[in-house]
Parts: sequence; structure tokens; C-alpha cells
Amino acid sequence: MTGRHVAIAAAVFALIAVPYAITEAYYVNVASQILLYAIFALGLNVLVGYAGLVSLGHAGLFGVASYVVAYLLAADHGHAVAILASLVIGLVATAGFAALSLRATGISFIMITLALGEIIWGLAYRWISLTNGDNGISVTTRPAPFGLSLATASGFYYTTLIIFLFAIAATAIFVGSPLGAALCGTRDQPRRMNALGYHVWMVRFLAFMFSGLLTSLAGILFVYYNQFISPQTLALTASAEVLLMVISGGAGTLLGPVVGAALVVIVKNVVSGVRLTGLSGAVLVVIVRNVVNGLFEHWNFLLGAIFVAIVVLMPEGLVPGAVRLTRSAWRAANRQKTAAPSVAGPKQ
Amino acid sequence: MTALAVSGLNKTFGGLRVTTNVNLKVDPGERRLIIGPNGAGKTTLFNLITGEIAPDSGSVLLFDRDITRMPSRRRTHLGMARTYQIITLFARDTILHNVRLAMLGLSPLRWNPLIALNRQRDLTVQCRNALKRVGLEHIAERPLAQTSYGERRRVEIAMALAQNPKVLLLDEPFAGLSIDERQDVRKLLRAIPRDVTIVMIEHDMDTALELADRITLLHFGEVIVEGTRAEVVADPRTREVYLGE
Repeated sequence: MTGRHVAIAAAVFALIAVPYAITEAYYVNVASQILLYAIFALGLNVLVGYAGLVSLGHAGLFGVASYVVAYLLAADHGHAVAILASLVIGLVATAGFAALSLRATGISFIMITLALGEIIWGLAYRWISLTNGDNGISVTTRPAPFGLSLATASGFYYTTLIIFLFAIAATAIFVGSPLGAALCGTRDQPRRMNALGYHVWMVRFLAFMFSGLLTSLAGILFVYYNQFISPQTLALTASAEVLLMVISGGAGTLLGPVVGAALVVIVKNVVSGVRLTGLSGAVLVVIVRNVVNGLFEHWNFLLGAIFVAIVVLMPEGLVPGAVRLTRSAWRAANRQKTAAPSVAGPKQ
Repeated sequence: MTALAVSGLNKTFGGLRVTTNVNLKVDPGERRLIIGPNGAGKTTLFNLITGEIAPDSGSVLLFDRDITRMPSRRRTHLGMARTYQIITLFARDTILHNVRLAMLGLSPLRWNPLIALNRQRDLTVQCRNALKRVGLEHIAERPLAQTSYGERRRVEIAMALAQNPKVLLLDEPFAGLSIDERQDVRKLLRAIPRDVTIVMIEHDMDTALELADRITLLHFGEVIVEGTRAEVVADPRTREVYLGE
């Protein structure tokens, strides 16, 4: 138990130290992006991992929160009003999403969420008087709560970090709570849970609302981070991307979505800009260099290749997969240790 | 007062009549055995009683209260508990957690998203007591995936007992058990106090016969014979159904 506390404290300390360790604003911004997508992925993971309900429309909910902030700021409202209204409307939209999609499970649930996400995307694209259509809405200022200006890279990073820590702590508490246990029960044996006295629909609805809260928080951070919102943010590819974060990192684990978010954001932002240079000489080296550079340039392809590799090698996701591999390596090492003396002893 | 009263119950799946005008009256504290060959509609009758499927017509009364249109979960809160013929447990979790979910289902605590479930000591103690009754307390922390079939059958029963039911529906509690395990389960069922009414389905008549006060014989969805143990065993129609004479 104490070992765990030390690990958590070390992780939090490391996260706090990030802007000091990497002073370059660009990389601090990448760290902010990782954390904000981690919040989004944590929100989706509540449904995908713990409720066993795969949503392909979460970018729609994310976008609703973003658009509300952008719209209200463009209409000269203050940040506090914009953020509060965004949370409220985000939760109302989530309730509507949940009420419609929870009529089904499995493939039907996926299809309903996909359709709802597309409807919201269509509204963002076509309801030009409200959303400015394809041109999107710009946000000119970032808030400065309690004197902490979010205009700087580190100021924004710390705000995102606080919300991220809230999101992951809230998820951890929820998962360990009776309601969280009930949710996992409805994932594994919904019929049994009903017979045991649980209101399966309501348990799932409440989980959906929690998921929507985290998604809305991420959406608000996103619009302040980019200072711009357009229908692209709500597209199906965005929903698929965050779902891939959850699945590649490990659905139904606390750290999986965070690792998945880091993977996608890093490949997208960092690797795509890196080029191997200076390697020359043997033909083979040059070929390798060119292939690697080609992969880096076409990051979509690289990301796809990484996802395929994860699905083949660790179908349960990076975090549970790594745990499994470490355990089996540990066991193999122990077996060798215990097997060694018996070689000298008599055979039984 | 009757503990459980079923009257005029009908259910068809497409063109197949699985329950035809079934009437059943079970007194409080009674041990009722429902027998019948494969496909007689025994499990369907249970699903109709617990509300997992809705009847086409007829009514179900629990302690004189009409529950025909009530969702399963509310019947559970009124004191009905069941086990499943096909074991329906939470395979990822420990035995203790399985029983804990059963107990939590009736507690208002189940809506709480803020407290740590495994620190609810009262709940854990109650779960361990329920496991003690079925003789599984020593392996409470074992993951369900590492338990034997016989142990899982007993977890099923422990979960039902943990809910402290007034009416307990057991769907083939002896299915797939060895002779020794059957003895254990029989002893366990005999120890259930008489304030619990038990309705038990059993495919194999000999196994459960001695536990029953009254027996209902179901065949092609209909009640063929009903009576005391001796009456049903002596009835020629019983022999006909079972031996095909």
C-alpha cells in the first residue's frame, strides 16, 4: 500500500516538474495536449472499459462543450459564464445521448452513438448562423483564474494538470465504489445484475453522465488550447481516434487511456516533425534512414502500424499487456532460481 | 396466504407453446419440487415467475401481491431470489466479490459512487457468513476463474442466500455435480430455515425427492400431476412421462 502511495507521489511530482524539465514552450504544449486528451480518453473509458459500451460518438459531446464556450465568448460573455454554461449544456447533451443510445447494447449501441455523433457534426457544419459553419469560431482570450494566466504554456499546462488529476482521482474512486462495482457487473452479467436487484439502465445512465462530465471538461480545455473550433473536431475520425487511445492503452484500466493518449499525441505532434539526418555510408543504413523518415513523415501510417502491432502482440492494450509480460518474465526468472539447486539434488 | 401463486400462466415463443395454463400455489415455508423431462418448460416457468420474460397472459402473486408486470429487480427487493441452471457468475472477480454484489443489490449503498467498496467491513463480514453457510469461506478470496464447477454451484446458492430471500427459486442446483458434491448441497439445502419458501427445479427426480413436501410434474408446458411426494411417485402419468410407457 505504501509502495503504491510512493509511486503516485512520484508520478504527481514528475508531472509538476514537466515545465521545468522541458523549458521549450512547444513541448510543454504537447504535454498539455497529452493531458487533455487523457481526460477525454478517461471519460470514454468509463463507458468502453467499465460499462462495456463502445461509443463512436464521443467527439460530438466533446464538440458541444467546445462550441458552447466559443459561441458564448464570441457573444461577449465572460469566461466563467461560458465554462459553466458549457458544463451544463454538455451534461444535458450527454443525457440526451444516453437516453437514446442506452436503449441498446453491443453493435446497436455503437451504431446509435455513431449516428448521434454525426448529427452533431452535421449541425456544426450546417447551422451556420450558430456555428459559423466550416469557418469555425475563434477564441481570442484565455481565462486567468486566481491570477494564474492560461495564456502562457506553463500556466495552461498546470490548469490542465489540475483537471487531469481530478479526472483520474475521480475515476479511481468511482471504479472502487459500490456504483463502480455495479457498473462492472452490468458489463459482465447484465441479466444477473437485474435479477440481483440492480437497475441496470440507471447504473449505465449514471456512468454515461460521468463520462460526459469528463468529456465536457476535456472539450472546454481543447477550445482554450487551440483557441479555435471547427466541425473537424467533431468528425467521426476524432471519435475513432479517442477510442483507439482507450483500446491501445488498455480499456478498463486506469492508466491505459493515459498511455494511449500519450502515444497518439506524441506520434502525431512530435514524431511527425522529427527527421533522422547525418546517417550515411553503407547503402543499408541509408535505406533504413529513408524508410524511418518516410514513416515519420506519414505519421498516420506509423500510427496504424503501431495499432496493428498492439492488437497482435498485446490485444488487451499496452498497460495490461506490459503487466502481463513483466509478470511472466518475473515468474520465469524465479523458476530458474528455484530450479537451479534441484539439478544437483536427487531426482524424485 | 400463499407465498407464491401462479394462475393461468401462458407463454408462447413463436408457434411453440412453452407454458400452457399453469397454476401453482406454494405455501409459506413449503419445499416445492418441479420436475419434468427436458423441454418441459421448467426454466421458462422460473423466468416468468422472476420477471425475466413477460407472460402472454395469467398472473404471478408474491405473498398475495400482484407482481406480474413488475421488473425483476423489484421482485428481488420484495424477497425473491433465484439461482441459474447455467451458471451465471462474475468470472473476473473473486468468490467474495460475487457474493458482495448479491448483497449490495439490496442495499441503498449500491448507488454510492464515492466510498471504497472493499472497505465496507460490515458488508464483507456478512458475505463471509453467507460463504460459511455453503462451506466456501476458506477460499473467499479466490478468483472465480480458479474454482471448480461444484464450488461455483455453491457460490450461486450463497449469492441467493446472501439476499435473505423469502422465496428462493433454485434451478437445478444439483446439475453436473458429483455424488459427494450432491450430498453437500443436499445438506446445505436441508439447513435452510423454514421461514424461507423454496421452489426447486430438478431434472433428475431421485436426487431432490427427499427434500420436497409437494411435487409438480410439468410436461410440454402443462402441469400433469401435482401432489405429495407419495402421490406423484405413485401416479401412473408420472411413470408414463418418465419411462415413456
